[in-house]
Amino acid sequence: MSSFLQFLLKGIAVGSLYALLALGYTMVYGILQFINFAHSDVFMLGAFFSWRLSVLFKINEPSPVAATGVLLGAMALCSLTGFLLERFAYRPLRRAPRLNVLITAIGVSLFIENAGQLVFGKNVVQFPPLLAEHTFEVGGVRVRSVEVIAVVTAFALMVGLHTLVYRTRMGKAMRAVSIDHNIAGLMGIPVDRIISLTFVIGSALAAAAGLLVGITYGQIKQPADSSWVLYGLKAFVAAVIGGIGNVPGAMLGGLLLGLSEQFVAGYLPSELRDAIAFLLLIIILLVRPNGLLGRRVVEKV
Amino acid sequence: MSLLEVRGLDAHYGAIHALQRVDLTVEKGEIVTLIGSNGAGKSSTLRVLSGLLRPTAGTVTFDGRSLIGLAPHAIVRLGIAHAPEGRGIFGTLTVKENLELGAYSRSDRAGIRADISRMMVRFPILGERAGQSAGTLSGGEQQMLAVGRALMARPKLLLLDEPSLGLAPQIVQTIFAIIREINQEGVTILLVEQNAHMALRVAHRGYVLETGEIKMTDDARVLAASDEVRKAYLGIG
Repeated sequence: MSSFLQFLLKGIAVGSLYALLALGYTMVYGILQFINFAHSDVFMLGAFFSWRLSVLFKINEPSPVAATGVLLGAMALCSLTGFLLERFAYRPLRRAPRLNVLITAIGVSLFIENAGQLVFGKNVVQFPPLLAEHTFEVGGVRVRSVEVIAVVTAFALMVGLHTLVYRTRMGKAMRAVSIDHNIAGLMGIPVDRIISLTFVIGSALAAAAGLLVGITYGQIKQPADSSWVLYGLKAFVAAVIGGIGNVPGAMLGGLLLGLSEQFVAGYLPSELRDAIAFLLLIIILLVRPNGLLGRRVVEKV
Repeated sequence: MSLLEVRGLDAHYGAIHALQRVDLTVEKGEIVTLIGSNGAGKSSTLRVLSGLLRPTAGTVTFDGRSLIGLAPHAIVRLGIAHAPEGRGIFGTLTVKENLELGAYSRSDRAGIRADISRMMVRFPILGERAGQSAGTLSGGEQQMLAVGRALMARPKLLLLDEPSLGLAPQIVQTIFAIIREINQEGVTILLVEQNAHMALRVAHRGYVLETGEIKMTDDARVLAASDEVRKAYLGIG
């Protein structure tokens, strides 16, 4: 029983990070119908920016205020990266075939990984202890305080995003652009600005995920390490499981993926952990081709 | 000075020459109709006016300002609303959200709320279905939503693209009655129609487009009585 609870908590912790990252994929896909392969690199940058900011401001001991500052700083820097990425790599290709954009995204991804190695080096980086490490027991299960904080932060950001998308004028404009760029323009919506905004928000969430990964694991691997891409790929799978383009779907998919990974790793040979993401994807797409919350749009003519 | 002045307009879709030297004016307070067969360039003309299609030559002046090179959202702000071909309803959003989006260029919250209530009085079906996905509306209801949504921008000039397309005759009558009403309230209208009969009855003036060129222009009544129009577009004679 206690191991069940352990897997559950760990699954929520990992799953909420997938969810944060999945939101970036799903928002860009919803609005441009293309997979932003460079998103996992923005996530990686989020971790490295956090590390550099901590070093820059000489944060050597845990402090919630400093941690919040680093979080906001990393989010701002990644937002800027996302903005520039869209403005200079993707926008010039707005009317080009989708394959061109996809190849550009892969190119940008390789560029960031290699530039990252140049700037941040090729070694594993010890992540500064931004938050105090406590462990406490709940129902016979050891819980790390940093994991709790990571989950709470991730959920707060997701609630914020959900409110933005479904309760504000700007969110309504985002949903309109995701349905039809031309018609959205006819409503007076500045379409290009909304697309920029989508990248800025998605990148900010990726930055938060990057910082939380650093805090949770205590170290980060070098920029071109395949684990970053694998993380991004799984987050993308989570977005597809939930229904690509669907914001609540990305959150649900992320949690589901995190949970199933932990339970598989717990009860079955742990080598199967990564395979389960893709197995889950195949099964869900067989049953629900549009993902769990993706709906087939029926429109009368 | 005319409200809208188009001079020597050319537009292309790739190698296809969609519009050739189109001249057109719309005076304040008028209903002007653009008739012609399928593919004559009627919709392309509207698409240029609202910024969806970049012209290759010519000038477009609205209220004394050039529209060339402006993005669609900037043109809405100047006072042109476009209810596009195929209605362009956001099917997954609610009826009310569609109306709210029509007012995106405005910032007077109280005025927007008042206008939404007004639309729901003018189009009672939109009031009844306010919280429903717009995709569940019938064709005629969607057309009313498209017109209502365009009016939410409080335009000086309303561009209507084939509002009667695919609708039952009775609903077509309703739509045209509404067009006349809107015009009497002071909105200038440029109406694109394949239903030349109805269009010429409601309009003050008309233009006949053929393969991207203006072939005739005159008072709507004169056009409706002319042999060429009667033969080609009214199926009489």
